[in-house]
Amino acid sequence: MAFKVGDKHEAVVIENVVRTHIVKYAGASGDFNPLHHDDTAAKGLAGYPSVFAHGMLSMGLTGRMVTDWLGKGNLKKYGVRFTKQVWPGDTLTAKGEVTNVADAGNGKQLVTVKLVTVNQAGESVVEGEAVAEV
Amino acid sequence: MADSFEFPVDRTQVMLFARSLLDINPVYWDPNAPETKALGGIIVPPTFVQSSAHWQPDYPLDLTRPRQGPPPPHRGDNGGGGLGRGLHAEQHYEYHHPIHVGDTLTVTSRPGERWEKEGRRGGKLLFSESITEYRNQDGVLCVTARSIGVQTERAVDQ
Repeated sequence: MAFKVGDKHEAVVIENVVRTHIVKYAGASGDFNPLHHDDTAAKGLAGYPSVFAHGMLSMGLTGRMVTDWLGKGNLKKYGVRFTKQVWPGDTLTAKGEVTNVADAGNGKQLVTVKLVTVNQAGESVVEGEAVAEV
Repeated sequence: MADSFEFPVDRTQVMLFARSLLDINPVYWDPNAPETKALGGIIVPPTFVQSSAHWQPDYPLDLTRPRQGPPPPHRGDNGGGGLGRGLHAEQHYEYHHPIHVGDTLTVTSRPGERWEKEGRRGGKLLFSESITEYRNQDGVLCVTARSIGVQTERAVDQ
């Protein structure tokens, strides 16, 4: 499949975040920062209204959209900024748009995509870019 | 962080990590799937190297990990976020060579730049960068990760 500048793809990557999603990511990643699983600590220690998801959960979920779209095992670069926290109850949609296509020199395309993942209010939670050899 | 440590890439860990990202693609768990075989075996999700935290001896964000000796100090300035006011600001990966189940990665980290900025949402912001390299058992560089953490003066307004 040939990609061209302007091609777009989007996917709902998680619907209705619950604490179990966050806890499962904590266990898998090893990041047991209490802010992500202990409401008492999140409220008392840091003044947040509740626990919130790891930024890396949002990045991982966004990465799933990218690899579903551009293919598994062919990423060259993937980077994001975390722009807003993700809270229990949120639903995230990851969106990508091809911004550059170059010749990889081996019969493949080097495809650059701009990424933004938004919550149910349309606010971006992750913004970034990925490059894949497709 | 310790100078370097070993991180064995285990099939169950890869399956659990992919599952936590709601990704059930067989390339992350089924060695017999045609798409897995085409990739030379089970591969790992793009952010999988984060789970090297389990093997990092002085990893600070696991207060209940059983340890010999005292727990590591709360630095709160690592790219993983930090306790309390620490947040993860950015994460960047460069992929140089595939990682497969069965690999043993050697993980080496070094601090990067530090800088300050006046924030809109949380007062003064202190940024710090850390760069981590993951090399396989043949010494081949597989992934370079650049993580940027931020410390805020107060909880981020929502």
